[in-house]
Amino acid sequence: MIAIVNYGGANIASVMFALERLGIKGILTIDSDLIANADHVILPGVGAAKSAMMQLHEHCLVDCLKALTQPVLGICLGMQLLFKQSQEGNIDMLNIIDSTVNKFDKKTCEVIPHMGWNTVSFNKPHPLTQNITNENYFYFVHSYRAETGNYTFGKTDYGTPFSAVVVQDNFMGCQFHPERSGNAGAQLLKNFTEM
Amino acid sequence: MRSIGGSNMLAKRIIPCLDVKDGRVVKGVQFRNHRDMGDICDLAQKYTDEGADELVLYDITASSDGRVVDKSWVNKIARFINIPFCVAGGIRNLSDAQKILNDGADKISINSPALERPDFITELAETLGAQCVVVGVDSRKENGDYVVYQYTGDANKTLKSKHNTLDWVQHVQNLGAGEIVMNCMNNDGMHQGYDIEQLKIMREVLTIPLIASGGAGKKQDFMDVFKKANVDGALAASVFHSNQLSIPDLKTYLKNQNIEVRS
Repeated sequence: MIAIVNYGGANIASVMFALERLGIKGILTIDSDLIANADHVILPGVGAAKSAMMQLHEHCLVDCLKALTQPVLGICLGMQLLFKQSQEGNIDMLNIIDSTVNKFDKKTCEVIPHMGWNTVSFNKPHPLTQNITNENYFYFVHSYRAETGNYTFGKTDYGTPFSAVVVQDNFMGCQFHPERSGNAGAQLLKNFTEM
Repeated sequence: MRSIGGSNMLAKRIIPCLDVKDGRVVKGVQFRNHRDMGDICDLAQKYTDEGADELVLYDITASSDGRVVDKSWVNKIARFINIPFCVAGGIRNLSDAQKILNDGADKISINSPALERPDFITELAETLGAQCVVVGVDSRKENGDYVVYQYTGDANKTLKSKHNTLDWVQHVQNLGAGEIVMNCMNNDGMHQGYDIEQLKIMREVLTIPLIASGGAGKKQDFMDVFKKANVDGALAASVFHSNQLSIPDLKTYLKNQNIEVRS
């Protein structure tokens, strides 16, 4: 069973539908027991970091999520939540990855948000990104970027390089939206569900 | 030679627009005389398969009729396409917008309601996130100046607003919009190319993504608007619906012109 953490905001339906297209049924839930017992957990990408963290605290999910040992995939904001801190509202997040999320710099990026299709360089191989061509295009929509580090498995450049795919043990994340990234995105979701 | 992309490798977007009227895709000339172009789901699937980067589904009757877009097709499209899509037309309050996003749309676009109540833009951006808030601007050149029009979905109700386009787009940006679609009315449906002159002026004052709309007729028009006006995406309807241009051919052409496109 795949649990999709329903911590409010819009856009969650498209992740459900993307799984449906793969013939997999996801369960939208905020229940910590269901999440803890799921085979896979998806933390989707919606809204602002601050309100997302408030929701997770309100439903007592912070410790539950940090203790998960099954494959976990954070998408967009869901990936950023895996980090220690975000400049967006200067908040503390899940701290699974000991690094930070910062705003795109207006000096190096003429246009913010970073919105549209950009390429990802898979700098390290991982089961999550297998059978996907290097430099494939994925769909991004975000104004904050995760720093790069040892946990970076896919990198994208927009004014500065940032983490497009991250892995820390069983916790994985992608900054782009696989559910809206055509066939390459579908392949990534398929890889995740087969872990 | 370095490709013309956004900053770095961000691809220029090709966006077919499906004007929807009573659940069917239609297209008129200069916003009038709408002609049936086909079923929404069939066309959405066709463009996804052909490599469209995004779709805009625009209920052209909704705003002037005071109706909200019919939701059933939003959910249907969200279930089967795997590229982003934006829904426009008659979204007047937060719950209208929320419903469409919950049904699986990636963005919502507002036009006349933003002119009626500019604070609506901020309300949407603060609650839903700026990235899903697109503002459509219908602009026409009159006596050497650009002015914003309202209720363009219905020829009988179309009105000139009190806004100068250059001031309005900056106001829209400051209010928190995540993207602007500029419909250049003088060029719409004429197939004579995008309004480069106007788009260039708007591009210079905007730091959010800008999408060009109105006037695409041939492949060179897309090259021109990307190279000369540096817009982030180009929207077109009839050239795609009538098979005058195919998206794979267009992208191959743009790539050969050193314009970064997703292949």
